Amino acid sequence: MNENTFDIDSIRKDFQNLHIKVNGKPLVYLDNAATTFKPQAVIDATADHYKTGTSNIHRGVHTLSQQATEAFEQSRDKVRDFIGARKSCEIIFTKGTTEAINLVASSYGGAFLNKGDEIIISEMEHHSNIVPWQMLCASKGCVLKIAPFNDQGELIFDEFAKRLSAKTKLVAMVYVSNSLGTINPVKEVIKAANTQGAVVLIDAAQTVSHLPVNVQGLDCDFLAFSGHKLFGPNGVGVLYGKEKLLNAMPPYQSGGDMIASVTFEKTTYNVLPYKLEAGTPNVAGVIGLGAAIDYVRSVGLTQIAEYEHELLAYGTQALSSIDGLRLIGTAKNKASILAFVLENIHPHDLGTLVDEEGVAIRTGHHCTQPVMKHFGVPATSRASLAFYNTKEEIDCLVRAIHKAKDIFK
Amino acid sequence: MSHDSRSELYQQVILEHNKKPRNCRKLQGATHSAEGYNPLCGDHLTVYLHVNNENIIDDISFEGDGCAISQASSSMMTAALKGKPIDEAKDLFGQFHKLITGELDPDKDQHSLGKLAVFSGIWHFPARVKCASLAWHTMNGAVEHKETISTE
Ligand SMILES: Cc1ncc(COP(=O)(O)O)c(C=O)c1O
Repeated sequence: MNENTFDIDSIRKDFQNLHIKVNGKPLVYLDNAATTFKPQAVIDATADHYKTGTSNIHRGVHTLSQQATEAFEQSRDKVRDFIGARKSCEIIFTKGTTEAINLVASSYGGAFLNKGDEIIISEMEHHSNIVPWQMLCASKGCVLKIAPFNDQGELIFDEFAKRLSAKTKLVAMVYVSNSLGTINPVKEVIKAANTQGAVVLIDAAQTVSHLPVNVQGLDCDFLAFSGHKLFGPNGVGVLYGKEKLLNAMPPYQSGGDMIASVTFEKTTYNVLPYKLEAGTPNVAGVIGLGAAIDYVRSVGLTQIAEYEHELLAYGTQALSSIDGLRLIGTAKNKASILAFVLENIHPHDLGTLVDEEGVAIRTGHHCTQPVMKHFGVPATSRASLAFYNTKEEIDCLVRAIHKAKDIFK
Repeated sequence: MSHDSRSELYQQVILEHNKKPRNCRKLQGATHSAEGYNPLCGDHLTVYLHVNNENIIDDISFEGDGCAISQASSSMMTAALKGKPIDEAKDLFGQFHKLITGELDPDKDQHSLGKLAVFSGIWHFPARVKCASLAWHTMNGAVEHKETISTE
C-alpha cells in the first residue's frame, strides 16, 4: 500500500472479520475501543509461529529457538521505533495495559513511594489506572488526588496544576479517554509534573491506534498500551519506561529469564528488559504485535488520524440530529469515541436492539464509573471507531437507533 | 412462539410495564427489604415487602434504575406476588428462574407463571438474563434477610 493514499476498500479487505454476518445482517463493528479486529498479516504472523516456528526464546542454541528469539526481539525494535523510544531495552512486554500499570505501581511505587507522598490521576481514568494506585496508597500510606474534568469532558488543567506540588511523586493519566474520547493535553501535564519532580505514566491504550505517539517528544516516564486494541493479538502489551527508571526498579515478578545467576545463597538479576520479563512470554503474541505495527505504519498514522477525524465529525453530526440523544463527551480535542444516552431508552436495551441490526456497540460504564457519576448516568452507549469503519456504517447505526426508538415510543 | 428476535423480546407487556411500572415506590413500614445491584450494568434497585402474621405478602414494592427488562421484571414481579404466601413466592421464583435460563418451556411444561411467561425468550440473550432476575434475587434476599444482593 502506498504511504499517501488511504484506500478504505483495500484496507477493509485485509480484515476478514469485517465481512461476517450477525443476526443475518452484515456486521457493523463499532466496538473498537473494547478490542480491534486483526488484519490477515497479524493472523498469519501468529499462525506461522505456531505452524512452523514454535520454539521458546532466549534459551536454546538450536535453529528454531534462535529464529524465534530473533523475531521476538525484532518486535521489540518495532515497538521502540513505533513510539520513538531511545532504546529497545526500554520496551517491556506485558500482558496488556493493565499489567503494565500494575508493574509500575508495584515495582516503582513499592520501591520509591512513601507515606504522605501524593499521586494524581484524572477523573476520567479507566479502572485499571485507578485501582492499582488506590491499592498502592492503601499499602504505603500515599494520598490519591483526583484532577477533575468539565462538562464537555475536558481535563481542567488549572485544577490539575493546583493539585500538583513538591509532594506529588507520580501522575498517571489517560491520553485518550475510552469513555469520552477526550484527548488530554498530556505534554503539558508531563511538563508541569516533571517541574515538580514527579514521574508521569501515560495510559495510551486508546491512543496508539489513532494518533502518532512519540515518547521522547512527550518526555513521559512511562507509557502503557495493549496489543489487542492496536489490531494485534490478545494477551500482549507494552510498558515503555525510561531506562534510568527501569534500571532502578526491582523485578516485578521473579523466576526464569529475569535472572543473571541463581545460587541458593544469592541471585543476581538480569539486565533490562529481561529483568522485568519473568517467565516464558507470549512469543506468538509479541510476534503478532510486531506485524500489527508494520500494518498500521503501512497505512500511516497521520492518514489514520485524518480519516478518523472526518468520520468522527460525520458521526457527531449524525447522532446529534437524533431527537432525545445526548452526547457524553464533547471535548474540542477528541478522537474515535461517540458515547451517548437516549431519552427513555436504557443503553442496555439499545445495545440489544441495535445488535438485531448487526450493529455492535458497547453499553455500560466502560470501566469508568467515576465518569458515569460525573454525568449522572448509570451507563452510556458507545460507538468507537477504527480506520476501517465508514460513514455508511455510521448511517447503519443511526437507522438502528431510529428503529429502537420506534419500538420504545 | 419463537423469542429469539430482539423485537419479540421487547413485547408490548414488557414495554408497557417499563413505561408505567406498578408498585414503584418506597414502602413505609416494610417488614423486609433488600438492595440489588448488577455491577455489570449499573442496575440498582430496592425491593420492599410487608409480610403479615400469616406469612402472606400483603404489600410489595420496588424502587430503582435499570433497563426496560429489569424495570418490567420488577414491576411484574410485584404484581404477581402481592397477596401471595411467602412459600408460593419462593416457588414462583424457582419457576421464573427455570424459565429465564431455558429450563422451563411455558408451552410444554406445567407452571403457574401466568403473565411472567413473557420473559421466556430471554435465555437466548445470556447478557440480559441477569436484568430479568435481579428483582427476584433481591426479593428472595429480602425474605431471607440478606441486605445487599449482587448478581456477580
Ligand atoms: C483507557 C484504557 N486504559 C486501560 C485499559 C485496559 O486495557 P487491557 O484490558 O487491555 O489491559 C483500557 C481497555 O479497556 C482502556 O480503554
